[in-house]
Amino acid sequence: MSDTYVSDTHRRLIYMANQIARNFCALDHDAAAAATADHIAQFWDPRMKAAVAGDEADLSDVAARAFAILREQGEPAPQTRATVFNDADEGGRSDAG
Amino acid sequence: MGYAKQPDFGTPEVRSDHTVTLSIDGREVTVPEGTSVMRAAAEIGGDIPKLCATDMVKSFGSCRLCLVEVEGMRGTPASCTTPVTEGMVVKTQTPRLEKLRRGVMELYISDHPLDCLTCSANNDCELQDAAAEVGLRDVRYGYDGAHHLGQVPDLSNPYFLFAPDKCIVCSRCVRACDEVQGTLALTVEARGFDSKISAGTAKDDFLSSECVSCGACVQACPTSALMEKSVKQHGKPERSVVTTCAYCGVGCTFRAEMRGEQLVRMVPWKEGKANRGHSCVKGRFAWGYANHKDRITSPMIRDSIDEPWREVSWAEAISYTAGRLKDIRAQHGARALGGITSSRCTNEETFLVQKLVRGGFGSNNVDTCARVCHSPTGYGLKTTFGTSAGTQDFDSVEHSDVILVIGANPTDAHPVFASRMKRRLREGAKLIVIDPRRIDLVRSPHIEAAHHLPLQPGTNVAVLTAMAHVIVTEGLVDTQFVAERCEVDAFEDWARFVADESHSPERLEPVTRVPAEELRAAARLFATGGNGAIYYGLGVTEHSQGSSTVMAIANLAMATGNIGRPGVGVNPLRGQNNVQGACDMGSFPHELSGYRHISDAETRALFESDWGVTLDAEPGLRINNMLDAAVDGTFRAIYIQGEDILQSDPDTKHVAAGLEAMDCVIVHDLFLNETANYAHVFLPGSTFLEKDGTFTNAERRIQPVRRVMDPANGYEDWQVTQLLANAMGLGWDYGHPSEILTEIARLTPTFAGVTWERLCEEGSLQWPVNEANPDGAPVMHVDGFVRGKGHFVVTEYVPTDEKAGPRFPLLLTTGRILSQYNVGAQTRRTANTAWHPEDLLEMHPTDAENRGLNDGDWVRLASRKGETTLRIKVTDRVAPGVVYTTFHHPETQANVVTTDFSDWATNCPEYKVTAVQVSASNGPTDWQEDYADLAERSRRISHEAEGEPAE
Ligand code: SF4
Ligand code: SF4
Ligand code: SF4
Ligand code: FES
Repeated sequence: MSDTYVSDTHRRLIYMANQIARNFCALDHDAAAAATADHIAQFWDPRMKAAVAGDEADLSDVAARAFAILREQGEPAPQTRATVFNDADEGGRSDAG
Repeated sequence: MGYAKQPDFGTPEVRSDHTVTLSIDGREVTVPEGTSVMRAAAEIGGDIPKLCATDMVKSFGSCRLCLVEVEGMRGTPASCTTPVTEGMVVKTQTPRLEKLRRGVMELYISDHPLDCLTCSANNDCELQDAAAEVGLRDVRYGYDGAHHLGQVPDLSNPYFLFAPDKCIVCSRCVRACDEVQGTLALTVEARGFDSKISAGTAKDDFLSSECVSCGACVQACPTSALMEKSVKQHGKPERSVVTTCAYCGVGCTFRAEMRGEQLVRMVPWKEGKANRGHSCVKGRFAWGYANHKDRITSPMIRDSIDEPWREVSWAEAISYTAGRLKDIRAQHGARALGGITSSRCTNEETFLVQKLVRGGFGSNNVDTCARVCHSPTGYGLKTTFGTSAGTQDFDSVEHSDVILVIGANPTDAHPVFASRMKRRLREGAKLIVIDPRRIDLVRSPHIEAAHHLPLQPGTNVAVLTAMAHVIVTEGLVDTQFVAERCEVDAFEDWARFVADESHSPERLEPVTRVPAEELRAAARLFATGGNGAIYYGLGVTEHSQGSSTVMAIANLAMATGNIGRPGVGVNPLRGQNNVQGACDMGSFPHELSGYRHISDAETRALFESDWGVTLDAEPGLRINNMLDAAVDGTFRAIYIQGEDILQSDPDTKHVAAGLEAMDCVIVHDLFLNETANYAHVFLPGSTFLEKDGTFTNAERRIQPVRRVMDPANGYEDWQVTQLLANAMGLGWDYGHPSEILTEIARLTPTFAGVTWERLCEEGSLQWPVNEANPDGAPVMHVDGFVRGKGHFVVTEYVPTDEKAGPRFPLLLTTGRILSQYNVGAQTRRTANTAWHPEDLLEMHPTDAENRGLNDGDWVRLASRKGETTLRIKVTDRVAPGVVYTTFHHPETQANVVTTDFSDWATNCPEYKVTAVQVSASNGPTDWQEDYADLAERSRRISHEAEGEPAE
């Protein structure tokens, strides 16, 4: 275990970011990083986003790049259909469990 | 509504494009070809006497009471077995028929006890009715000869009895068990006069037999031979109200048959479109928890969880709670507050809880138990198909040729749908089962899976990719479907990926442990066997690659062209009754009702102006993140309606630590559940029998729930939420759930055309109900996917980080059982415990022998997270190296051992794979004992009059 973690939650957030990045590994590096950034932007609470600095040693390359995108460019446009949501007056998509 | 029996047309409905016109007693009637004369007569209000026929099962023609005369036909044919023909002229009442029928009746009655006045079926008995209809006045044979009177009734089943002396051997029960339920538990033993109904076991009683207590036979029985014990106890019902089962996502509708405020029985409603007159033991019988002594009906509060509970008035409880919440918000900000909506409560109640959290608390920290079951379905199907709801209605299975069941155990978890599936399988459809465990469906009466692939837990993606490899490399892709309906570039990427030799079944066999030849055969069958339908459950979603597995399933369906017509599709089998509804209602932290992201300004504006509040534009926390944040001190109060997260969520100790760290935990439930051990406020809840509202089942079918008795706690659950909201200054004034539904429809495009009145009139509606689909939409993606073209996604197999090793060499997977429901809070408080008194650990004989363990031994089950004890059941249902248990009983605390690994996309916990070791044990673990102590301490309620804490 690296001692770069500030808390168990921090450790878990790094794990989550890496796990997301790993599951986009079929994409090339840039696309995977953009998809990871998009995913984090859409589904993470602000305190979770803020808790990861982006330079943690255990962060994978793709995940670290994703945080850099979020910091430098803000939220990317939807990268997969999972992050395309209905407009206010629209009812086509659902992501019900 | 008064009490009337449900109509019985005598023989099942026939669907045919051709109709036939005939004359019955001088009246003309037109019916579908293949209809029986009996049913045709019933359609025009006739009522031919009958005993062995009922419209839930095929006719048998044994009682000879339903005789008719047909012009040009010799003799007197039985109307239940005679199909109509064009121009047929039928007479149902002639002197000859009267005489014949009376003779038949006389024989029946001569062997039947004449204690009608004291019989529990008095006035509700078809034998009585038939005797009256045929005008039977005297019986010539007397009771002197041989008869069947005085036989001992079988009372073994907790819910119904079998009184053999009341049995007329019409075999309706046997046929109901065979055809409707598909369990084949009953037989007619011997022949002629000696024939009798038997549950076919050495002990020959219902409880020890194969019977699953679905009640189909009881419903089919014309006399009191098979009868609900509750009818014997309370008497015949006087009115009935149609409502919806509150247990599972099948969404069976029932008639709640009442005497006063006493529920006498729940009888499946024949017009219910999800269940079509069938039920399972839970919905049919397990409603007794509503009056269980553990039910809490007055609100309680305490300042700390070490103190006993103090019963208080509603007013005090609500103002105390609102005060705590406001203080915490003032001190720590809105994002320190959150709530959990319940998939067991109504759409209206769920909608209000998320409205309270977003509009009243001021954060988006709202989540629901779909997080721990089907959230990956949402993610996976939305990515591939554009929308995530299941693609078919339940009727669709009647048109399937190959049924692929993966990670689901429908006979236990979705029994009524399973019965419909089994009926199709008995008609000849082929079955493929992908499951680490040999579920019942693999081999049951008249059903044998063509292929069972017993994969290593956690390798779903690898198995599905290997199947795709076979389909692509052997040229079995439906190229026309792909070209017309899917994005071709994405398909080609995907096809190249799966075709790679590294994804062949042979290369993956060491990982999946599925014999390559068997996997190839299964893939070929699915691709070439006709209409292929995929049904899946939590064995797919509750993995670190849950979302990827759902996408892999969708890929397979698209590649084989199995989308967009009856008989095919991708069908998630949902867990709880209103899990679909809870998601639709905006229970996820990132979206409002109708799946609109919280960051969308236009959507927020719509809600803000309607509600008169300002909404946070950032997504909130998911359940597991709330618990993390609680431990960190940034999340401090939670309102939990109708969920028991301590028992249902993974890594119990972490959940406990999170709850313990909070300043204010509000539990709104029927019972002091496990979560309530850590609560400061307990708000008593109401059961589904005590409230109005709607549930939405797995087919997106919105169905009414109706109040049949007053809430024992004084308020329906939505009223309690409203009290709390108003104490926080929100000024709500809903008078009835229909008003909440109106608001939902106003704010949610897919619900635009839904009203309470319309639901009451039409029985149910499948969303979307909008301008394009004014009457709702049964099958999706018919002419094209909801969102343009189908999208293939490359799903790389990423093994879970939870790995078996020398210390933890076995893989534990979890599931559920028919008679219990989820954490069992309700079913454990009914006689259903007759079937499942405790959670057992299933283990393969080889593994047991290696450890010197025998069936029934107490064992210690340990993982990297924790340990518990339970008893083992040695069985070859599970493969060597795999163990299996259920999680219905709090004493077992199966989630003490599950890990905090979760699906990469949705954080749905990985319940289905935990590396464990099992060893002999002689008693509960320290944690179990400590926890039992804590539970006992924390459930104390102080009754001030007595001055002492009491249990
Ligand atoms: S209750 Fe259901 S399973 Fe049991 S015998 Fe009757 S029909 Fe068969
Ligand atoms: S138990 Fe009832 S349904 Fe079964 S054969 Fe006897 S009378 Fe008929
Ligand atoms: S539990 Fe499910 S299958 Fe059983 S009666 Fe209720 S809705 Fe139907
Ligand atoms: S009802 Fe037709 S033969 Fe019994």
